[in-house]
Amino acid sequence: MDAKTAMLNRAGEIIDSYGSKRENIIAIMQDIQAEYKYLSGDVLSLIAEKLGIGVAKVYSVATFYENFSLEAKGRHIIKICDGTACHVRKSQPIYDAVYKYLGLSGKRKTSDDGFYTLETVACLGACGLAPVMTLDGEVHSKMDPDAALALLENLKKEEGAAV
Amino acid sequence: MAKGIMTIDGQRVSFDGEKNVLSVIRKAGIEMPTFCYHSDLSTYGACRMCVVEDGRGKIDASCSMEPRDGMVIKTNSARLLKHRRTILELLLASHDCNCTTCEKSGKCHLQALAQQFGVRNVRFSDSRERAEIDTSSPAIVRDPNKCILCGDCVRVCEEMQGMNIIDFVNRGSQMRVAPAFNRMLSETNCISCGQCAAVCPVGAITVKNEIGEAWRAIHNPKLRTVVQIAPAVRVAVGEAFGLSAGDNVLHRLVTALKLMGVDEIYDTTFGADFTTISEAEEFKARLKAGGPFPMFTSCCPAWVKYLEKENPRYLHNISTCKSPMEMFAAILRDKYKAKDEEDGLKTYHIAIMPCTAKKMEAAREEFKQNGQPDVDLVLTTREIIDMIRESGIRLEELDLEAPDLPFGLGSGSANIYGVTGGVAEAVVRHCIPDKSRNALREIAELGLRGDEARKEVTVHLGDQELKIAVVHGLINARNLLKEMDEGKSFFHLVEVMTCHGGCVGGAGQPEGLNAVKIKRGEGLHAIDDTSMIKRAERNPVATRLLNEMGEEKAHELLHVSYVKD
Repeated sequence: MDAKTAMLNRAGEIIDSYGSKRENIIAIMQDIQAEYKYLSGDVLSLIAEKLGIGVAKVYSVATFYENFSLEAKGRHIIKICDGTACHVRKSQPIYDAVYKYLGLSGKRKTSDDGFYTLETVACLGACGLAPVMTLDGEVHSKMDPDAALALLENLKKEEGAAV
Repeated sequence: MAKGIMTIDGQRVSFDGEKNVLSVIRKAGIEMPTFCYHSDLSTYGACRMCVVEDGRGKIDASCSMEPRDGMVIKTNSARLLKHRRTILELLLASHDCNCTTCEKSGKCHLQALAQQFGVRNVRFSDSRERAEIDTSSPAIVRDPNKCILCGDCVRVCEEMQGMNIIDFVNRGSQMRVAPAFNRMLSETNCISCGQCAAVCPVGAITVKNEIGEAWRAIHNPKLRTVVQIAPAVRVAVGEAFGLSAGDNVLHRLVTALKLMGVDEIYDTTFGADFTTISEAEEFKARLKAGGPFPMFTSCCPAWVKYLEKENPRYLHNISTCKSPMEMFAAILRDKYKAKDEEDGLKTYHIAIMPCTAKKMEAAREEFKQNGQPDVDLVLTTREIIDMIRESGIRLEELDLEAPDLPFGLGSGSANIYGVTGGVAEAVVRHCIPDKSRNALREIAELGLRGDEARKEVTVHLGDQELKIAVVHGLINARNLLKEMDEGKSFFHLVEVMTCHGGCVGGAGQPEGLNAVKIKRGEGLHAIDDTSMIKRAERNPVATRLLNEMGEEKAHELLHVSYVKD
């Protein structure tokens, strides 16, 4: 079974676990995204089919919420806080440095090797530690561009060694 | 339903069952402006043009307000007028205002209301990215740059047709109406019914305009332009020229087309008589063979397309008869082959239809011979209205003229093809052996006619009891299929029309709410009532041709299979 079929099977299980009810569409999407980090076109079509609603309606819901991603994400997710406190304590240069380090362009948020995805977040509630960033959910405080890049280099080296 | 009295602008108005305050206001003679309110659809409440002010100065949208006894509202206070003007200004700011060259110019609600409310200056600049215009559909053009996000198209597609091809995408300033995954319409299951274009208050979704091609053909001396006119067109064209919905203007339309330079003018009802005879014969054959049931009617191209795209297993049930338009065209091509060679001309065949999906049907491979479509061009009722206007012809003042022979003759039962229940009634008239006047009256009273979403009728034919259903509005057909899937219902014959009301409610017709569609249908029944020939098999030209044709030729010209193996 290839990865795509496996993902669709698992998505089907999740939809069934909610009784294929259309009022659960958001919970279903959240659960699928929690496992696969994004919602593929095939997954959206499957949701539409199983809930008995149009694909356009499912796509409408998926694009309404910022939280849902329709593009595959990298293995590790970097979130840089751009809330007010972090912003005034210079979070933007950190974002710019990481953006450049990953070789991103335009609206592309994932590095070519599929290792990292870069996102911003409005506030992590850790304003006293500003500027902050998270790497796979782990909060790193009082960052600057060099520290951020060192963090990313490190993780890459560790995984590289493991592989 | 609530009953009572409310005060609107100081005037006491009674209400009884109106679904919202907006309807009560309109009943009181005040034309409340709206974009997103369409009385045939659900209430959305997005445009806020219909706002009213209550006694305490609270402002709310009247479309989503229930009438209450003792309510006091104002519809035209200074604040309300200011709000409406601001809304219009904001809409205009994010709207492609190239009005003079817009397809919808003169019929655009935004243009009309901006004019009405005296908006002469827009203070805000348009910061949106330009979106690509989608011309991929054979029937519909989508220009998102003109969209005001009223959602009428989204709701008609979902609520009346059950298709949900387009919906809102993104949110806030990024919001658009688009198909899933921002695809082109041609990459979706869109069936070209065009109802989205019919309800669009602006020029964001329009019917593909092919007037230019029509003029080129008419003015080309090497082409013989031959026109066929569908039943539903004749009871709607007059609306654009000050006549009432339902007035039969076929004979004025013939005069107008002659003035415009069309060579020969025929009537689609001629083709419809062939359809009735062929479809009734097929039905009788199926009764003898024991199926497959139900037999679905095949005249509506959007319905056929729906089955192909979303329910192909029912394609075996659809009648193998071509639609009246395509039967007419196939016969015309066959008969004019020799004539064209003799006269050194090429026949260019234009069909005037109430329908946008006919543009899609005409382009289907099944209806082409050596790459040449049997119908070269489909013009909608609205396009022919525009052409008449362009020619400076005052239709209402023209003399009457009859369509040409031999293909200008159709029975009364062919005229009612344009209204829901008509095809089924025509087939029943043909099948029932009793041909007396009273038998016709009984058939008329069976319950095939009328505006109900689904009509179910039992007809006795000999010792057989035939169950017939008539549905219009695709969502009702989809629900029927679902019931059949579950084994809950069984019919021998099912007439399906994708648009509400049948072809009289087609998206190629002038704008009109349900009440107008019903009047057009009554107009078609009136034509039937006054026709000398009531049944297809009594059409002398059609029966003679059919006899001459022979079985093999008839099969080639009149039948088609949509089943893909």
